[in-house]
This record gives sequence, structure tokens and C-alpha cells, in this order.
Amino acid sequence: MHIVVCIKQVPDSAQIRIHPVTNTIMRQGVPAIINPYDLFSLEEALRIKDRTGARVTVLTMGPPMAENSLRKALSFGADAAVLLTDRKFAGSDTLATSYALTSAIRKLAEEEPVDIVFCGKQTVDGDTAQVGPGIATRLGLQQLTYISSIDSVDTQAREIVVHRRSEGGVQVLKTALPCMITMLEGTNSIRFGSMDDMFRAARTPLRVWSKDDAAADETKVGLKGSPTVVSKVFVPKPKAEKAKFIEAEGGTADAFAAAAVEAIFAAQPKLSTDLLARAAQG
Amino acid sequence: MSEPSKPQGRKFQLPEHLKVYKDVWVIVEQERGQVHSVSLELLGEARKLADKLGVAVGAVVLGEAGPDLERICGDAFAYGADVVYRVADPVLKDYRTDPYCRVMTDVVNAYKPEIVLLGATTLGRDLAGAIATTLATGLTADCTELDIYMENRSLAATRPTFGGTLLCTIQTLAYRPQMATVRPRVMAMPERDDSRTGRVVDVFPALAEDSVITKVLSFIADRERNEAQLAFADIIVSGGKGLGKPENLKLVFDLAAVLGGEVGVTRPLIQAGWATADRQVGQTGKTVRPKLYIAAGISGAIQHRVGMEKSDLILAINTDKNAPIFDFAHLGIVGDALKILPALTDAFSRRLSVNRLAS
Ligand SMILES: Cc1cc2nc3c(=O)[nH]c(=O)nc-3n(C[C@H](O)[C@H](O)[C@H](O)COP(=O)(O)OP(=O)(O)OC[C@H]3O[C@@H](n4cnc5c(N)ncnc54)[C@H](O)[C@@H]3O)c2cc1C
Ligand SMILES: Nc1ncnc2c1ncn2[C@@H]1O[C@H](COP(=O)(O)O)[C@@H](O)[C@H]1O
Repeated sequence: MHIVVCIKQVPDSAQIRIHPVTNTIMRQGVPAIINPYDLFSLEEALRIKDRTGARVTVLTMGPPMAENSLRKALSFGADAAVLLTDRKFAGSDTLATSYALTSAIRKLAEEEPVDIVFCGKQTVDGDTAQVGPGIATRLGLQQLTYISSIDSVDTQAREIVVHRRSEGGVQVLKTALPCMITMLEGTNSIRFGSMDDMFRAARTPLRVWSKDDAAADETKVGLKGSPTVVSKVFVPKPKAEKAKFIEAEGGTADAFAAAAVEAIFAAQPKLSTDLLARAAQG
Repeated sequence: MSEPSKPQGRKFQLPEHLKVYKDVWVIVEQERGQVHSVSLELLGEARKLADKLGVAVGAVVLGEAGPDLERICGDAFAYGADVVYRVADPVLKDYRTDPYCRVMTDVVNAYKPEIVLLGATTLGRDLAGAIATTLATGLTADCTELDIYMENRSLAATRPTFGGTLLCTIQTLAYRPQMATVRPRVMAMPERDDSRTGRVVDVFPALAEDSVITKVLSFIADRERNEAQLAFADIIVSGGKGLGKPENLKLVFDLAAVLGGEVGVTRPLIQAGWATADRQVGQTGKTVRPKLYIAAGISGAIQHRVGMEKSDLILAINTDKNAPIFDFAHLGIVGDALKILPALTDAFSRRLSVNRLAS
């Protein structure tokens, strides 16, 4: 078994601030982390490794500093890491990104066929949930998104059974390998790697691939390979009016509450009739 | 802000052969005979876009033949479709990526819509990513606003970016169709008009169950359906970190109970385990648009705001008069939520019971 886990290094968005004057993103000092959603998929891959002895390769496309995220993934227990990095990839949208990653996965598969590709449910910076389905479609993998549990992986019969979240319930799906899986958040939590893994993570040579190493077609990556164009970036419009502050005589909670009820019913007469009608019934 | 300069080597002109792409489509999501409300919301939005472009609204309805599918085709007309592409096949009974993607790719290639919209649901996101790849076109996820730039007849799809702190407008200029997904409740539900009818185009896909590798073994329905309740509630009382302790969330539940409303929370409360994830309102939770939204002890961070700012009336209770929530709430009380909430519960129950006696 060979499993590839696609991870993305993202800025820790909880710490992103917008410059109040220039409206630009202040990235300085914002730490980079592995996209949190990817860790649920990595952990699931490592669990399959525990059960079946599968090899786990982590793959990322990004700038050279994304090496940190790959080393982190190795320290959790991944076996090998590939950094796909090339100026030509800059500006890739999801279609171009899934193409570039697919090229690298094809290359990896030449060495050892790939049985499962894991992606995160979505990224916290791109937040599109499109790259996983893009990879699955390009490679002709069975697509299993929003997976809440993997019930069984039969390496002999090459079958997998999963629970997939859908509207109003869970689908139990059975399919054949190879497949692409995105895990739902909260389904597991990433392990601490062993001491051995930590040492290995520091020593393991990273494979650093360019566009040519991955045999990616130049016209299909970067801005050129991206059908979408960002035409505008802007700060959400502030509302013209601020809230009307409710005044209350004496400032007691009861006085505020009474004034608020009046203000609500004055602003929404329909609401008051609805509520009164409901109260009258029950 | 200045527009980014156009990068070298990219195509911005629509190639001649793509100019035949016309009409605005919605892929209508139905599962087990239930149409997803986001599809109806999108039909309303498609109607506006199509009217601007002077083209028709198409609805693609996929599933197993039967009364449910017929009813859903009728719904599609009632909510704004001019043409329904009806794809009835037993293989399409339950959603699976591969057959749905194959059918949709063929239907798009045959009838050539210029815009294709889907809900940003587990089905829509799964399918949209696959179709956009087979069609090699642009797809913009989780849009909060859709418009047409008339100068080049292109779809301007606006979505939050960088954790919701900024918005960006994305276009697909040289490829067709232009695709976008929109989350439930972001667009208003259009009025149903049962007098509307239109043309049905039957599509007969060449699908064989043997050719589909993924099988649905079973479906386990959720026991609780909190999700839908929150998204469609008329009244929501939400609590944030300002409540201080998990026990105090009870004050929010009490007020919601008197109002017959639902309870929402901010993300930190989910992370601290005070409530289950289905109650989270915001960018990574639910989008809601109730008639009344009461926010208690909530600062009004942009990620929360995007999930609730379309509420008809927002009352915010916060001790800090400079809290950002007062920038977009309609009514504000500067005060301690722990005292105001019980007082509101009292005041409302008194108001409502007085009326019961009177009526
Ligand atoms: C990628 C990303 C996605 C996110 N998605 C979401 C999301 O979907 N939904 C969401 O809600 N958040 C989300 N967040 C988190 C968001 O940025 C804020 O951190 C969060 O909304 C703040 O929650 P809060 O208002 O409860 O807490 P705080 O920001 O801590 O605000 C507490 C407020 O309570 C007030 N207060 C204190 N005591 C009292 C009192 N006794 N009475 C009244 N008021 C009092 C304070 O003045 C303060 O304004 C996301 C963040 C990121 C980075
Ligand atoms: N640059 C990248 N390198 C590796 N994996 C990626 C990259 N971008 C996206 N992915 C994978 O695709 C998933 C979905 O990303 P997105 O479509 O951006 O929400 C992520 O969780 C990753 O698993």
C-alpha cells in the first residue's frame, strides 16, 4: 500500500491582521502552520499505515519554506516527503493547483503505485474544497469527500468502506482502490510522533521537485493555467449607520429589557404579531 | 484599491467558439426526494443574473424517475426556471460523484450554459470540483454575492478570503461555463409562483450501474436535525465568550425558549465544548437570516458577522460600547448580558402572556 497525503502550509489565519490604513494583509510575523484540516487526513493515513504497513508520502506545493510543514508531517510518522516548488506555479488557482499536484502524484506512482490520496476537507486560506476533487477527477480515483470514518480497508480485495456525511445523514459507501479521501474535521486527532520519528524527520532528505521534475506542462500551471482571475480585493463595507443604543431610565436591567422589547416590536411589527399569535395558541 | 495589473501571457478574451454559451443554470440538489432549499435560493439568484443578460434560467434535475422528481421539476419552475433539464435514471437515485459528474459534463457540453451555479453543500462542493475539472473551467467557491459585469458579460463572483477578513471578486474570463457555489441562506428565498411553467427537456444518459464503482450500502439518517432548525429559524438568540461560563449559556436557552427561537453560538464556545458544532454561526458554521437575532456577549468578529449580518433585525448586548458588533447591529444595549438576558426573558414572557389573557 502506498498513500499520498497532500498538505498545504498556510498562514495561521487566527493571527492575520489587516493594516488599518492601507487595507493590506499584514503577514509579517504570522506563523505558518499545516492546514488544520489536513491533519485529520494525515492521522487517518497513519492509522491505515499502523494496520496495513502502508507507506505514507506527504506532498506539498508551495514556497521553499513549506519544508517546515513537511518535516512536521514526517515527525508525526510519515515516511517520505516531496516539496513541489517552482516560480512557475505562482498564482495557480484550484484547477492549476490540482494539475500540478496530480503531475507529482503520477511521478510518485511510477515508483510505487498509489492506492489512496488523502486531501484536507478544505484549506483555511483558499477555503475552496476544490483541490481534492480536482485531483480525484484528473487521476480517475473514486472520490470520497466529507468522510467521518473509515470502516475497513481490504488490501487483498482492494476495497474500502467509509461513512460519508451528506445532507440529513450519513451514506455508507463501498468502493474500490485507488481512491481520494477527504476527512471531516474532528474525526480524530493527530498523534505525537515517537522519538524515532522526530529524529528521522530531521534526517530524512526531502525530495524537492520543480515543474520539470514533475513533468508538468507549463501552460497548465501558474497564472497561465488558471481560468479564474481575481479582479478585486476589498474590505467589507462598513454599514452606514451604527446601532441605535437603547436608553433606559435608571439603567436597571429591567428598564433596558422593557425598552428593548418596545424597540424590537416597533422595528418589526410583523414579528410582534407572529409572536403574539404563537403565544395565544400555546 | 487599484486593480491588479493584468499579468502577462493570460487570456482575457472569450474565444469565438465559447460565445455560443448562453443561459444561467442551477444544478438542483435533491436527495431522497427532498430538494435542498439552497437550490431554490439559487434559482432566484439565477433569475436576476439571467434577466440582466437577457437569457433563460435552466434547472438541471437529476434522480430516479418518479413522483418526487416530477414534483421537484415543478418546484424549479415555480422558483424561476424557464427550462428544466430532467435527467431520470435509476443509477442517479443516490448521489455519487462519478455518475453525476459524467452526466453533468455531457449535459453542459450539449446545451452550453454560460453560468452554472450549485449549493456549497456536501453534494454541491463535491460535484462542482469534479465538473469544473472535467470541463477545465473556473469555479469560485462559497460566494456571498453574484453579479454580471456587463462590459464583458462576465460573472463577478464575490467571496470572503483570508479567513473572512477581506472580500475578493473572482471572474472566469476566457473559459465557459463560469461556475460558482453559494452556501445555504446566503441568498434570499424567492417567492414561489405556481403559475410559472416552462419547457422540459428530457436527457437520456447512457449510464449502466455496472460502470459505477462506488456503491451505497446504506443511509443512516440523522436523529437530530438541529442544523436545519438553526438555518431556518425566525428568531435566534446567540451567546459568545462574554457569557463567561458554560452554565450561563442557559440564560440564552431560556430567552430562546420564550421566543420560540433557536440558540446559536460563536466559535470559541464550540472550541471550549460549551455547545455542539451544529450551533455555530459564522463563516465556518451556519449562515442564518432570521427576523430577529439577539447577540449576547459577542464581539462581532468578521467571521461571525458574515454568518448573521443578513438578519432582518439585530439586537446586540455587550459591556463594551466600542465592540465591533455595534457597527452593524440595528439595536444595541451597553450592559451585562448576564443581567439583561433574564430581564429580557421576563419582559417578553410578560408581554406575550398579557396578550394571551387579553385574546
Ligand atoms: C478561519 C476562522 C474562521 C472562524 N469562523 C468563525 C465562525 O464561523 N463563527 C464565529 O463565531 N467565529 C469564528 N471565528 C472566530 C472569530 O474570529 C472570533 O474569534 C469569534 O467570533 C469571537 O467570539 P466571541 O464574540 O464569542 O468572543 P470575543 O471576541 O472574546 O468577544 C466577547 C465579547 O463579550 C463582551 N462581554 C464580556 N463580558 C460581557 C458581559 N458580561 N455581558 C455582555 N458582553 C460581555 C466583550 O466586550 C466582547 O466584545 C473564526 C476565526 C477564524 C480565524
Ligand atoms: N498547495 C497545495 N499543496 C498540497 N496540497 C494542497 C495544496 N492546495 C490544496 N491542497 C490540498 O487540497 C485540499 C483542499 O484545498 P482547497 O481546495 O484550497 O480548499 C487541502 O486541504 C490540501 O489537502
